[in-house]
Formats: sequence, C-alpha cells, structure tokens
Amino acid sequence: MLTLIGKRLMFAIPSLIGVVIVTFLLTRALPGDPAAYFAGPAATKEAIEQIRKNLGFDRPLIEQFFRYTVDLAHGDFGSSLTTGQPVATEIRNRLPASAELTLSGLLISIAIALPLGVLAATRPGSWIDHLCRVTTTAGVSLPVFFTGLVLVYVFYFQLGWSPAPLGRLDVFYSAPPTITGFYLIDTLVARDLEAFRSALTQLILPAATLAIFSLAPIARMTRASMLSVLASDFVRTARASGLSPATVIVTYAFRNAMLPVITTLSMVFSFLLGANVLVEKVFAWPGIGSYAVEALIASDFAPVQGFVLIMAVMYVLLNLLIDILYGVIDPRVRLEG
Amino acid sequence: MKRRDFLKSVSSVAAGTLLPAPAIISPAKADARSETLLIISEGGPNNLDIHGVGTNVPGYEVSWNCYDRLISHEMKSGPGGVPYYDRDKFKGELAEDINVGDMSVTFKLKKNAKFHDGAPVSAKDVKWSLDRAVSVGGFPTFQMSAGSLTKPEQFVIVDDATVRIEFMKKDRLTIPDLAVIVPCVVNSELVKKNASEKDPWGLEYTKQQTAGSGAYKVTKWTAGTEVVMERNEDWVGGPLPRIRRVIWRMVPQAGNRRALLERGDADISYELPNKDFQEMKAAGRLNIVSLPFSNGIQYIGMNVTKPPFDNLKVRQAVAYALPYQKIMDAVLFGLANPMFGAPADRASEVAWPQPHQYSTDIEKAKALMAEAGHASGFDTTLSFDLNFAQVNEPLCVLVQESLGQIGIRCTINKVPGANWRTELTKKEMPLCTNVFSGWLDYPEYFFYWCYHGNNSIFNTMSYKSPDMDRLIDGARAAAASGDKAAYETDVKGFVDLAFADIPRIPLYQPFVNVAMQKNVSGYQYWFHRRLDYRALVKA
Repeated sequence: MLTLIGKRLMFAIPSLIGVVIVTFLLTRALPGDPAAYFAGPAATKEAIEQIRKNLGFDRPLIEQFFRYTVDLAHGDFGSSLTTGQPVATEIRNRLPASAELTLSGLLISIAIALPLGVLAATRPGSWIDHLCRVTTTAGVSLPVFFTGLVLVYVFYFQLGWSPAPLGRLDVFYSAPPTITGFYLIDTLVARDLEAFRSALTQLILPAATLAIFSLAPIARMTRASMLSVLASDFVRTARASGLSPATVIVTYAFRNAMLPVITTLSMVFSFLLGANVLVEKVFAWPGIGSYAVEALIASDFAPVQGFVLIMAVMYVLLNLLIDILYGVIDPRVRLEG
Repeated sequence: MKRRDFLKSVSSVAAGTLLPAPAIISPAKADARSETLLIISEGGPNNLDIHGVGTNVPGYEVSWNCYDRLISHEMKSGPGGVPYYDRDKFKGELAEDINVGDMSVTFKLKKNAKFHDGAPVSAKDVKWSLDRAVSVGGFPTFQMSAGSLTKPEQFVIVDDATVRIEFMKKDRLTIPDLAVIVPCVVNSELVKKNASEKDPWGLEYTKQQTAGSGAYKVTKWTAGTEVVMERNEDWVGGPLPRIRRVIWRMVPQAGNRRALLERGDADISYELPNKDFQEMKAAGRLNIVSLPFSNGIQYIGMNVTKPPFDNLKVRQAVAYALPYQKIMDAVLFGLANPMFGAPADRASEVAWPQPHQYSTDIEKAKALMAEAGHASGFDTTLSFDLNFAQVNEPLCVLVQESLGQIGIRCTINKVPGANWRTELTKKEMPLCTNVFSGWLDYPEYFFYWCYHGNNSIFNTMSYKSPDMDRLIDGARAAAASGDKAAYETDVKGFVDLAFADIPRIPLYQPFVNVAMQKNVSGYQYWFHRRLDYRALVKA
C-alpha cells in the first residue's frame, strides 16, 4: 500500500511542475494591466510606471518566473493586491470554509442520491424511478446561482426561516478558535452551542444548493451501475440460493456497484469545487472560489496562481484517496496495484 | 431498506433542515445590535491606508473614518434637506486654529488630541504624514499635487503644536486639498517603529492596521469578508459619534443586499442597481437618499485625433442623435440629473456641471451627417468599462440603436475592468462612455483634467485647443488671485467652447444612492461619496 501511495505521489510531481508553468504563463497572458488597475482612478503614466516597478512587473518574464519559483520553494505564494494579504494566509483561512461547504453539500447529496439510485434500480419503471429521473434532471438543469437565489428568496426573504445569507456565522457571533477551520467542529469543541446552531443554519441553504446540483450524476450512476450488477449472474445465484432481498442488494449488489459510483463521486467533488464559486458569491461565503474569481477580475496574479496550484494539489490527493478506496472496496485492484 | 422507512427518513431529514431556527439571542447580544451599525456593500477595502499602493475606493472610507486631517468641511443643507458638505467653509479637525497668510497657512493643533495608542498628536506627526503623502508616489502624491503640494520642504514644524504649510504658488485648491482624504495624520512614531529599510514609510504596517487619531479604529479586518470598527472614546476631532461599533460586510450579490435591507437585517447599503433603488423608494419602507455626484458627469467621448470624429459636423450629428431621455428613463430610472436639452437662449453659468443645448433630433443629425460627407454613414466601435456594466451596457445598446438611425454602425466593445485604464491611456478608442467626477468641486479642476491640452488620462478625446488651454489656465490664475470678473468670463468661455466644439457629450449627472433603515439617520453627503460613520445615529 505504501509503495502504491509513494508511486502515485511521484507521478504527481511532473503534473504539478506543469501546473506551475502553465498558470504562470496564463496569468501573464491575461488581458489587462495590474499596474494601471492598481494605480487608481486618477493616475498619471508616471504613477503607473512607478507601481509597475514596485510590483516587479517591469522585469523580463524569465526573471519574474525564477523569482516566483524561488518564493514558492520557500512556501511563499506572494501577496494579493486586491485584498492586500499574503496568498498563503488567505488560502489557509478560506480553504476550510470552502471545504466545509463542499463536503456538506456532497454528504447531503450522497445521503439522498444513493438511496434514490438504489431504489430506482430495484424498481425500474416505478414511480420512484420517475421521481429519481425528474429530480436529477431538474437538479442538473438549474444553474447553481439560480437555485441559490431561489432558495434565498423563498426561505430567507419570504418565509424568514433561514438566517441572513451573510457568510458562515451570524454577524454578532464571533468565530470559534481555529482548530480544524470547520466551524461545525470548532464550535462543538469550544462548547459554544449558540454559535454551532448559527453555523449550522448558515450552512444549510448553500449546502442544499450544491447538493441539488450534484444529485444527478450520483443518482444516475448509482442507478445504472446497480441495474447492470442486478442483472449479473452472481446476483441471480444469490437470489436463487434464497438469500433475503436486503442481503442481496446491500451486501452483494451494492458493494459491486460502488466502484463506478466512487469514480463519479471524485468527479462530482471537482465539479462542486467549481460550482462553489457561484454559490459563495450568492451566500457571501468567504471561501477560496470567490477569492480566486475576484483576483481574476482584477488581474491579480498571485492569488490566481496560488488557487490553481492548491486545486491541483487537492486533485492529486483526491485521486490518490479514490485509488485507495478502490482497493478497500475491490480487493482485485489491491492485488494488481 | 424498505420504501416506507426510506421515505420516513428522507422526510424527517427534510423537515429538520426546514425547521425555523428559534430566535434565542442572549440579552447582551440584543444590546450589541442596537449600538452596532451593519453596513453591507459589494466590495471591501484592500488596504486600510490611503497612502498605500493601489488602495481601492472602499479603503478610502476606512481612512476617512479612522484618521483625522488638519481641517475638514462644515455641513450645509443640500438637495432635499440632506446634509451636504460645504465646499467653501472649513473647520478644524486636528487643528484648533487656522491662520491663512499670503504665501502660507499656519495650523495650531488641539492640545488633547491623541492617537489610538495614547501618544499625543504633535507637529512632527503632521509633518511626517504630509511628507509621506507627497513622497510615496502614485495616487496620494498625485492628489496632493492637485493642490500644489509637492515638496516636503513646504511643511514646516514651528513648535510642538504648530505647523506651517508654505505655498509653492498661489492656488485656490491648496486649502481644499488639505481637507480631502489623502493628507491624513499618521502616528509617526508607531509606524516608524514598524518600517523597514525597504519600506521607509511603513506602508506594509498601515496596510493591515489603522494608526491614526480618528473617530474609529479597525479592530478586525478579514479582507473580502468584513471590517469591524470600534469607536475611539477619546476622539477630539468633533462630537463623540453615537455608533459604538461598525460592522461592514461584503455581500457580492445585489439581490441579496436588497433582501437583507428589506428584511431589516442590514442597516445601510449602497451600490445597488438603480431599478432596485427606484422600487425601494416607491415602497417607502426604507430611507433612500439620492444625491447628484458633485462635479461628476457621464458622457460619450469621441476621439478627435482620428476621422471621422475629427470633423465637427460629425460630432454635432452624434450629439443630436443620442437618445438622452431614453437613457434617463430606461437605464437610470430617473435617478440622475439630465445634462441636455437646455433652451437655446440660455446663457452659460459659472457652474459645472450644467446642461448643454443638444437634444435628440434625428432629422437634424442626418442633415449634419450629409453636410459632413457621411450621408451613407460609417462603422465604428463604442467601448465601455465592464465594471460598471449595470449602467454602461444598456446605455451603450440604446446609443448603438440611435446612432444606427443616422447610419453610424457601432460595434460594442466591452472592456474588462482590469483593462479599462490601459485602454484609456492608449487613447485609441474612437467612441467610449465613461464617468469623471472630481473630489474638488471647481469647474476649472474638472476642465483641467478633462479638456486641457496637457492630455491627461481623463481627456479621453485627446482634445487639444489653444483657446481652451488659455481659458482654463486663465480661470486657474484668476481663482488664485481672486479676480472674480476674469474668472467668470473664463469659466463661461471654456464651458461655451466645450459645448461648441463638443468633443465629449455630457449625458447626465449620476446620483449616489444610499438605502438605510428608517431608524438610521444622520447621513451626510461628502465629496468622496463614501459613508461618514461619525454623524450616523441608530435609534
């Protein structure tokens, strides 16, 4: 197992180097001049030149790249011009917010989509199969920001059940001391139940928005994969041997149907990180998605580079995790690995 | 899993998520709410110090409320009875006595003025801060130079509590320029302690924290998310503000900002679409303040260095073809002052902005196009800044449609915000729309930036005319020497010339729109158009 992990990590190194080079070049190729942007509304040409010099954008590209990689090797991602903070600190502060949101969305989605998919597969053509089809189609065809706005309109503005969409906590609560960066966990560790409730209620709508969006691929994949497994020989054998339907479906069929579902999950997770950007905008969520988009609009290179790099690292780790999970679920993969 | 069990569990999960959260707020928190002002806006500061590199406009708001200047403006009653800064009347903020001489001005500092860390405000802090403003480069230095404040030698320490500022030349804008946001007084000892060889003015330090003597101090700043400010109980710059704590949250979604206001969760917001403001005004549940930008105009600029807009007849044709009233109604929902359609016999006033005499007249425009030899029209591009797409995009579509009627076929060029300055500097856009608004509310200041032959970035038309330069320079000189008659002639002269030559066509004077709860009062209009928390009251 350890050699497998080591090998996988080794393979990741060239792709990370590629990501560093490509993001550096891409951000430089963006239209727009950060110096002119940051020189402010009434800048003269000299003022813009001065800022360009201060920011080091007047040097040749190779030199800029060399300095960037040296800084990167020291763990320095540079500083954002729009927010004025070091990128590493910002990402460290914001990543847990995005991760908490994405994971909650994914968990809600799994909790609904897996049973829905399994039920739809065991009773094809029944009303639950149609329900599955309708919900997934609706979920995937509604843009996330739209779902988010509708949820805010109904549950906050009209009904008043949900708290104001103002980020992770009610304005008048202070954030718990950071341990994991996940407010749901940190507030519990700090035994601050009021803040926990606030964090939870703030999280429900954005997480539900993400869940609605990600229902479709998970439920459809579960259904398709279950259908093919249920039609296979070993399930027929199990049934013929008189095993109870629950044992057949859960122990034999479901476990075998999990592999493609897990693959889909990893893909959905990456989709969600992308969809996050819009959800974070709608709910004023202080995550890395909105951070990266704002930086991009302002031609602010450092955060964009940092964001892409962090995302690349996360994908590498995620893929590794998925591979390990394969091994747990299906022993054959382990042997070949 | 049985179907029934599954449904049961799903519906209970759903019920759980929808359950309204009972409002258990401890009494202490309810108290905090009444003394706290919750402001929501689209963007937040990127730097707490206006002297910093690339500090954005929200950053100016922090500086205005957390730092003091030597002087500030008195208030007067503005349009609709809203308190409006008085351009011509000054009062001391850190200064208790102002003595304007012929070639210098002397300020005596208030004795008990203290910085947030308790250190007294002394003359050396004032000098260091002003030196810093004229030396750091970029926007602050530029703004100081607008008032002929350019050299550290101009700032002289007379004694511990007295500072003299010497004039480079006579300039009417010197004193007003000392009351803008830039010449704020910084705690020099504290900042010097945190400065480095690479950063002698300590800009890195003041980027992250406020080091002033102002009415508020920043206690928490999460960039892009929120700014929390607490009242400075020892403030001497004016009467102690009523709001103890200001929480300023960034809410990127305009629809959500409106929902938060209408639900009563947020106290103040601005930067909402005009349509929302108009609807909220009609609903009457909130206080809405709409005031014109002082010295500000949205216009269509034509590049006069290149055909076809180097031809006066073409420019006049465009001025007669623009859909002025449609823009007022469909884009701005009436929230702007029209700058068009003045009666033909109206003489120009000594004021800016003022309306011109063009109005939509397609037949006349067609005739002018024919006279100019462009009867069959031509192709061109119309550019706008995507950062302000909410207004610019519909505006440009209306203009495109209208110009199409006289044969000018426009392609709309949407320029990303990050790129807009670059495009302006290049001066290659044949046709563009933009807003310019000056902090200092003087006609010659506006014209110096927008029409003068020194071709600043805001002269987007690259307009150069010796007559215009003579009139603008004449007005500046006359204002400095106090020659009222010459000043009035020159101002009327340059306004008339600008309308006759029409290199840029004023459309309207935009409004700054602020929405607040009924229990919030004390809003004041300032030239910088940001909020002054010091006067706000929450009942």
